[in-house]
Amino acid sequence: MAIPLIYNVRSVKARWTSAIVAVIGIAGTVGVFVAMLSLARGFRATLVASGSPGNALVMRAGSTSEMMGGITLDSIKIIQDAPGIARDASGPLVTQEVVGVMPFPLISTGTDANVQVRGVSSNVLHIRNFVKIAQGRMFNPGLSELVVGKNASTTYAGLTLGNTVKFGGGQWKVVGVFDAGGSAFDSEVWCDEANLNEVLKRPANIFQSATVHLVSPDSYNQFKDAVTSDPRLNVDVTREIDYYAKQSTRMTTLITVLGGVVAFIMAIGAVFAGLNTMYSAVAERGREIATMRALGFGAAAVVVSFLVEALLISFVGGAVGCVAVLPLNGLTTATINWQTFSSLAFAFKITPELLVKGIIFALVMGVVGGLLPAVRAASLPVASALREL
Amino acid sequence: MRFSGLIFANLFRKKIRLLLTIGSFAVALFLFAFLAVVRNAFNRGADVAGADRLVVIDRVSIINLIPLKYRDQILQIPGVKCITHNNWFGGVYQDEKNFFPQFVIDPENQRQVVPELKVPDEQWAVFLKDREGAIAGARTAERFHWKIGDRIPIKTTLYGGGSWEFNLDGIYHGERPENDETQFWFQWDYFEERIPQAVKGQIGWYVLRVNNPDDSVRVAKAIDEKFANSPNETKTETESAFAAGWVKQFGNIQFLIMTIGTVVFFTLLLVTGNTMAISVRERTSELAVLKAIGFSGRLVLFFVLAESLVIAIVGGFFGLGLALLAVPALANALNGMLPQLVLEPSILILGLVAALLVGIASGILPGLGAMRMRVVNALRRV
Repeated sequence: MAIPLIYNVRSVKARWTSAIVAVIGIAGTVGVFVAMLSLARGFRATLVASGSPGNALVMRAGSTSEMMGGITLDSIKIIQDAPGIARDASGPLVTQEVVGVMPFPLISTGTDANVQVRGVSSNVLHIRNFVKIAQGRMFNPGLSELVVGKNASTTYAGLTLGNTVKFGGGQWKVVGVFDAGGSAFDSEVWCDEANLNEVLKRPANIFQSATVHLVSPDSYNQFKDAVTSDPRLNVDVTREIDYYAKQSTRMTTLITVLGGVVAFIMAIGAVFAGLNTMYSAVAERGREIATMRALGFGAAAVVVSFLVEALLISFVGGAVGCVAVLPLNGLTTATINWQTFSSLAFAFKITPELLVKGIIFALVMGVVGGLLPAVRAASLPVASALREL
Repeated sequence: MRFSGLIFANLFRKKIRLLLTIGSFAVALFLFAFLAVVRNAFNRGADVAGADRLVVIDRVSIINLIPLKYRDQILQIPGVKCITHNNWFGGVYQDEKNFFPQFVIDPENQRQVVPELKVPDEQWAVFLKDREGAIAGARTAERFHWKIGDRIPIKTTLYGGGSWEFNLDGIYHGERPENDETQFWFQWDYFEERIPQAVKGQIGWYVLRVNNPDDSVRVAKAIDEKFANSPNETKTETESAFAAGWVKQFGNIQFLIMTIGTVVFFTLLLVTGNTMAISVRERTSELAVLKAIGFSGRLVLFFVLAESLVIAIVGGFFGLGLALLAVPALANALNGMLPQLVLEPSILILGLVAALLVGIASGILPGLGAMRMRVVNALRRV
């Protein structure tokens, strides 16, 4: 026969101080666990969102990052004629790009941070079609005009609409702010590629990468085969989405390993706290348990009952931990992306799946912390426990 | 001590509880040390920066190159003691995952400017004569099991691309454990010979030392003024400002770590405090007997405090000891991503102090309660 659940609820109530301590211990652990994972997820999601499945990135063969590329205008012209590329009124949907890293002062600290400045073709909005101009307008080709990502605009001093900033010896007017849907481009500043090449004192007509919009995601192989087998070209082709997903691995590993270690150590601490609470509960309730056994509840029922109590406490702890970190969802923070040496803004991303993981983590701690004390409770000798004062 | 027997008997009354409480202390102190190590690793650059060193980069963009011919002009500026130059190579050893920084160095001056990274003289002599020679940091050499004399291929897509091969002629060690021992250096002459014409004579950045650290602001200004309105304007900063700039770009990671640390410590305080309180509450009648037979209230407080302090200290030692063992293992797990993960003595001392404070804080409330209780009431309770 099972011991009624209400017994556990009441006994938790009766010993609420120790129960609260255990709840806080578990809540803290689950909170750290979920927060760390959501940070890693957010970082990854930001980069993954930057790539579209329908786009392909062309870089010089062997390059692992856009920063390392080098493609001549002649090669771009050959690529433009390759099969599988979508076209519109302006011609083939190819943007040849130059990337630079420029220091801009952070609004928060006043110190310089590196911002990725991307020189793009004027048809870029047709290729990265999820990017929308939110304020102002697109830059005019050939003019020293900038459009800035919405995170860059709020993170760095001077990058607001209508403002003029100086870099690379020139004056640049901010004519628009764009919204790139939470992707890495939101941390970037875009301008005309030819102007940027001039500022960076790089040879004209050499680009670091080209991004093409495909007729459909299925045309990827057709395009890739045509471009990589062309003897006039020495380039690699990657799906844009794979390129950005790969960029995120280093930082994601760092956050996951650090966060994992912290959560694991905290879990041990929380289990210790849980064990202590449950052992004390068992010790204080020796007579109670013996009475129940004398009434005819079996040893198994006592074990189950104590486990249920531990699970109850850990569930509440897990839930409190999840709720406590929930406000972090969507909070934007910035860190450095080592692949580009520049700053990248990203948001904590707490998904329902992460919350479920957090609760499961809490319940596991509950079982580990509750099992031994439960067994101890069931194995108390009835007669002597009843006799005890 | 006269009462040590009594205190120990009380400590060991519930062995499981004692173990668990010591365990949670150990866990918390371990975590404290771990977080402190990580936080310091993020800030490391600024800590080890030489006070008398300046870094000169291109003003427009950190990835732009600057002419080598600036060197002699910088050396003419009064107050400059010596100067070296570096390039970022950005190559890959075997696999992209095996990241470590590779620098092209100016072998004549590197050791004057960065004296804290030590290479044995006989190894350095071999390196100077070997065009394809290279020097690796001790951590990197250990990670890939390199021995002196090994041939090391590094692939790159920059500078004309291809696989560059180097002879490992020497291994450098940092003067202090927190110095970066992951770099890989090779010769400027070999580098310049192989790179395309367009980038010859261009270096990544200069590092220089000034005669007097107090003079560094003036020297930095003088350098930047000298190259103002030239094709390559420069930006000169002290090494620590340069490093701090990178740290700031990491964003709020420090803040996050400190927040977690606080949450953990708060949790720990509660857990331990609660355990102490339970064990004192259980013994109310015993403590009352002690008072009844003439022990003063203060002495009873002392018993309770001594118990919690013993637990705190033992737990603290265990936790910090474990951290000493675990930090090197973690540094390996991170694959060189946070190079200078070092547990410094200052962290250990801070940890022990924290343990003592938590021990006192968690013993004081139940102890005061025991000191103040009225013997009659306590004895009457069953």
